[in-house]
Amino acid sequence: MKENVLEIKNLHVQFPIHIGTVRAVEDVSLNLRKGEVMGLVGESGCGKSTLGFSILRLLRPPGKITAGEINYHGRNIGNMSQKELLDLRGRNISMIFQDPLTSLDPLYTIGDQFLETLRTHEKGIKKKIALERAVDMLKNLGISPNRLYEYPHQMSGGMRQRIMIGIGLILNPDLLIADEPTTALDVIVEAQFLDLLNELREKFDLTIMFITHNLGVVAQASDRITVMYGGRMVETGTAEDVFADPKHPYTQGLLASVPNIKLEQTELQTMPGAPPDLVNPPPGCVFHPRCPHVMDICKQEVPKSFRANGHMRACWLYK
Amino acid sequence: MLFILLTIVFVVIRIMPGDPVSAMLGGHAPDKVIEAKKAELGLNKPLIVQYGNYLWQVAHLDLGTSMIFKQKVTSAISDKLPATIELTIFGMLVTLLVGVPLGAYAADNRRSGQDYLIRLFGIVIYCIPVYWLGLMFQMIFGVWLDWFPVAGRTSPRVFASTFEQTGLYIIDTLLINDWKALWDVLMHLVLPSLTLGLVLSGIFIRLTRANMLDVLRSDYILAAEARGIRHFPVVYKHGLLNAFVPILTMMGLQVSLLMAGAVLTESTFSWPGMGRLLLERIYLRDYPTIQGVIVIFALIVAFMSLIVDIIYALIDPRVRY
Repeated sequence: MKENVLEIKNLHVQFPIHIGTVRAVEDVSLNLRKGEVMGLVGESGCGKSTLGFSILRLLRPPGKITAGEINYHGRNIGNMSQKELLDLRGRNISMIFQDPLTSLDPLYTIGDQFLETLRTHEKGIKKKIALERAVDMLKNLGISPNRLYEYPHQMSGGMRQRIMIGIGLILNPDLLIADEPTTALDVIVEAQFLDLLNELREKFDLTIMFITHNLGVVAQASDRITVMYGGRMVETGTAEDVFADPKHPYTQGLLASVPNIKLEQTELQTMPGAPPDLVNPPPGCVFHPRCPHVMDICKQEVPKSFRANGHMRACWLYK
Repeated sequence: MLFILLTIVFVVIRIMPGDPVSAMLGGHAPDKVIEAKKAELGLNKPLIVQYGNYLWQVAHLDLGTSMIFKQKVTSAISDKLPATIELTIFGMLVTLLVGVPLGAYAADNRRSGQDYLIRLFGIVIYCIPVYWLGLMFQMIFGVWLDWFPVAGRTSPRVFASTFEQTGLYIIDTLLINDWKALWDVLMHLVLPSLTLGLVLSGIFIRLTRANMLDVLRSDYILAAEARGIRHFPVVYKHGLLNAFVPILTMMGLQVSLLMAGAVLTESTFSWPGMGRLLLERIYLRDYPTIQGVIVIFALIVAFMSLIVDIIYALIDPRVRY
């Protein structure tokens, strides 16, 4: 088996707010192996982005990691000093965001933003060399080098998202966290973007955590999939396993709610109920109020993780 | 805009009790003399005719002649304008240099003790009347500590007439390389520009802080942090510059407040500028001069808005089209 780039162990992230504590991430453990794409799926507010931000320790206050570890190549990110963190961000781990339209500073040219990143991490780098590297990167992205002297507002959303990736990869990090990178793009640009991501992944030997709520994208882009619900992991497995044979009732419901292209069922399938309140989560399994297979034990005890052939599901059905 | 303002001023000063003739001749002058004087000044004509005449003059870039001193209004103004320009430029500098960094620092350290202190300072300083602050500064720094002169633009021994060319004493003294005189001029500027600048800095502290908080929440700040950019450039290079765009717009609007403040500061510090000219002539009901000063104030405000728009385009590439 390949080495783990990232190991997350029993991670808990909480946001103390005035009405109580939001348990955004509860007891999440997962590993990213070198070179794989891990798709992290779940509905809005299930903690998947929070998980992404906690890897870079970029949680906005009052959010904080209350328990657990995040190890990057065996180094615990939770114990790093501010300086080590600054070196880690951008150089070892990069992150791209949901909205490419607002992720670039509107007052600086693309070139400035490339140079700033390079100069921050490689002190004393010559301007000429830095510019050459930026130009090389733009070529990888299929963008004309002239664009270096343009401002973000002169570009389309898809182009800006490609530039975000380019700035993210300019220092050759081996881990990329993509937080819903295609949500703001239309389907055609999205497809192009996913192709590009795949290409870059091979070229730069990347490990990718792909956070999304779009099941189609995740199916296309990932090797393994983790499904989150209410701050907890409910299922993890290879993309084939999870899509072909979803085990957890939540995953089953999620997949059933995707409209069928052959229009075999004309009515949209939905799951009853609403996402859980993360300040006062239901006792036992967080999904039990909406679960069609609910049992007595589900209301009392948080389900353990049950494994079979590397396919994990946190559900009492598989005890 | 100028036209509306002119009309309002024209009407309002004529509605005010008193008129230039009684101000000049006193209350006991015989009616005949008063009537003669009024005829001489054209004040016996119907208001609408006076108004028409005045507009006609202004359209020919002539602000008329003072009713009291028989002096061209333009020459009275050009004597006093440089003093006001110097004062307001330095006042604005103080405002920006105090308000913007403090506001940015407060936003960066939101909810810390320093943040509360800075916000408190901002509110308190904004509530203080300009003339009171001026008096306090005169007492503390001028009289007790004797650090700075409390009135005028120069010391009695420094003769402005020896270097006066543009009327902007800083430039004048630089032109003839008179460093001692330059120092004297700068020392005289300290208290008035601090007074004027500090009071307005309160607004800028709050404005900068609010805009910074907005900007610091935006995605590109987070993205810059995720790239490992250091805290200082994230907050000040990306944050403050972006927050500065709306602050700049506000600055254009604040010029009018600055002018109003200048009137009060000038009378506190015996600063021979437009503000004092305006006050003196209001007491004398010198209609043409009052109108002239107001016109110039309005022109300055309009001109500053233009400058602000130009700077705006320099900072923000999105408005360059």
